[in-house]
Amino acid sequence: MARIDCNHIRHAYGPHPKSDKDYALKEVHHAFEDGGAYALLGPSGCGKTTLLNIISGLLYPSHGELLFDGKDVTNLSTQERNIAQVFQFPVIYDTMTVYDNLAFPLRNRGVPEPDVDRKVRETLDMTGLADMAKRKARGLTADQKQKISLGRGLVRSDVNAILFDEPLTVIDPHMKWVLRSQLKQLHRRFGFTMVYVTHDQTEALTFAENVVVMYEGEIVQIGSPAELFERPKHTFVGYFIGSPGMNVMPVAVEGRSARLGSQTIELPGAPRAGITGAIELGIRPEYIRLGASGMPVSIRKVEDIGRHKVVRASFEGRDIAAIIGEDEDIPADPKIAFDPAGINIYADSWRVEMGG
Amino acid sequence: MERTWNNKAWFMVLPVLLLVAFSAIIPLMTVVNYSVQDTFGNNDFFWAGSEWFDEILHSDRFWEAMGRNLVFSAIILIIEIPLGIFIALNMPKKGWGVPVCLVLMALPLLIPWNVVGTIWQVFGRVDIGLLGYSLRALGFNYNYVNDPFDAWITVIVMDVWHWTSLVVLLCYAGLVSIPDAYYQAAKIDGASRWAIFRYIQLPKMNRVLLIAVLLRFMDSFMIYTEPFVVTGGGPGNTTTFLSIDLVKLAIGEFNLGEAAAMSIVYFLIIMLLSWVFYTVMTAYDAEQ
Ligand SMILES: Nc1ncnc2c1ncn2[C@@H]1O[C@H](COP(=O)(O)OP(=O)(O)OP(=O)(O)O)[C@@H](O)[C@H]1O
Ligand SMILES: [Mg+2]
Repeated sequence: MARIDCNHIRHAYGPHPKSDKDYALKEVHHAFEDGGAYALLGPSGCGKTTLLNIISGLLYPSHGELLFDGKDVTNLSTQERNIAQVFQFPVIYDTMTVYDNLAFPLRNRGVPEPDVDRKVRETLDMTGLADMAKRKARGLTADQKQKISLGRGLVRSDVNAILFDEPLTVIDPHMKWVLRSQLKQLHRRFGFTMVYVTHDQTEALTFAENVVVMYEGEIVQIGSPAELFERPKHTFVGYFIGSPGMNVMPVAVEGRSARLGSQTIELPGAPRAGITGAIELGIRPEYIRLGASGMPVSIRKVEDIGRHKVVRASFEGRDIAAIIGEDEDIPADPKIAFDPAGINIYADSWRVEMGG
Repeated sequence: MERTWNNKAWFMVLPVLLLVAFSAIIPLMTVVNYSVQDTFGNNDFFWAGSEWFDEILHSDRFWEAMGRNLVFSAIILIIEIPLGIFIALNMPKKGWGVPVCLVLMALPLLIPWNVVGTIWQVFGRVDIGLLGYSLRALGFNYNYVNDPFDAWITVIVMDVWHWTSLVVLLCYAGLVSIPDAYYQAAKIDGASRWAIFRYIQLPKMNRVLLIAVLLRFMDSFMIYTEPFVVTGGGPGNTTTFLSIDLVKLAIGEFNLGEAAAMSIVYFLIIMLLSWVFYTVMTAYDAEQ
């Protein structure tokens, strides 16, 4: 159990990186608190696996250093770092039984056999593999194999951290849910630092108290699910989290108001003076009110998705989405209004603070 | 679905059957023919029954040659299989070293048998051969022409030099098919070098090793050209293997009946041993 500090970590797979493009990780400078549960969320190829492998020591970063509890471990081997990692695709030792697979990481570390037995049985129960303990791992199905992989990560409870790299991809939805709640429970019980990679936002948001969003080799935001929802720091976070994602439209800002085409939108505060670059206004569909007063829109489509309806409309020539209650009706002459609480202003995709 | 039985397909295999018949079955039947007949010349043959087989199976000469073959094959396998695995494990997995190593490894396999024999025959000569001369100069009393031990060593080293590559290439093919994730998981699990070999690499090489053992066994059990070129079966009979003896019998002594009987026994033994190897190893594999 340890606090993990990534100090200005950069990584390029190629030998002679020149521009930022050559880096799979552009710059990660972040601390994972001791005992924290983090979800690492981001699209494919954004560097999630790279970051995990650097933490576990499978990869040596091109720049920067890694600290565990303040101690520099950059040059330590994977084994010395004492980290468990579960990979995206199942890795099992074919010729061993399920039991021996789980015992393997313990036996390699010279744990006494009675302790091995106790821990392995516990893990077998937890992963639902108890009735196939004596079977060879070779003939099992993909999700059973993945449970073995997961089990090998969980069997060592004294680790500094457990890293999960999309461990539940090949597991069916119900079992996913069961395993996820078991992971949460284990985390509460043993208090290890846990980093859980996923590109599924619901998984991330329901799982962790801290969500780390990565985009193109950088961490764009770290926060609670609510923070990510209310105050996306980067337009990418706005798009990526929420369904449908945040509406983002180019505007011109003057004082406390923003102009979009012929419309003027009242802002909750004045952005600091002198912001430059491409200025955009972001608002989530949840903060758009549809009614008889406000700015005119033309509605293209209404999707009823159960608890609420998603309204797809055209506003000042651009697409916009709004969410309304299941029982609300669409007015004959629809107008929209923006709830100031949900408005964020972005300059070159990064959020700008607004004064009161 | 209704199955349609169409026997016309058999005609498609007819050419292959004919080919096999001409190239294998008919010559084999000639041998069988010789093995049950005797002749006093003039192309006059008469029925001899199992006489030749009796003679072969009770001849010390046959069993001694057989013993030499078995010892030779055993030594070859004991050296070449572990050595091949060891080299394959230490070959680079990526980068410019891969093609270089592969070419180096393939080189001995591309040289014709009799050329390999000639190379070593010259290489080992004590008057002009680099190996023989150097060993002499270093004070070793090496001479494969009149020392049976030296002759054996030479033949074995020659075979190791010639054929270990085959084992290496087969094992290497098995090794490169292991995804990186396995090595990563092994690191995470704290596996030792030995554990990685035992639980990741060896299981992946299992199948190719089975093939390597079978090929090397059959080949070494039938070895002829190289020792014949180097030692001619000598000194004395000490490197006379079954195949060399067979040729001596058939061509040197023109004892066709006995040679034919010996061929058949030889052939059956190779089949039997290969079958035993195969069954034992696949059974072991299935049990794994
Ligand atoms: N071994 C490698 N050699 C070269 N480039 C690599 C290697 N592994 C990853 N990359 C590149 O680095 C970038 C980040 O890859 P990474 O595997 O970390 O992404 P990821 O976020 O884990 O994606 P995914 O969700 O698909 O697993 C990608 O552009 C990828 O092409
Ligand atoms: Mg990945």
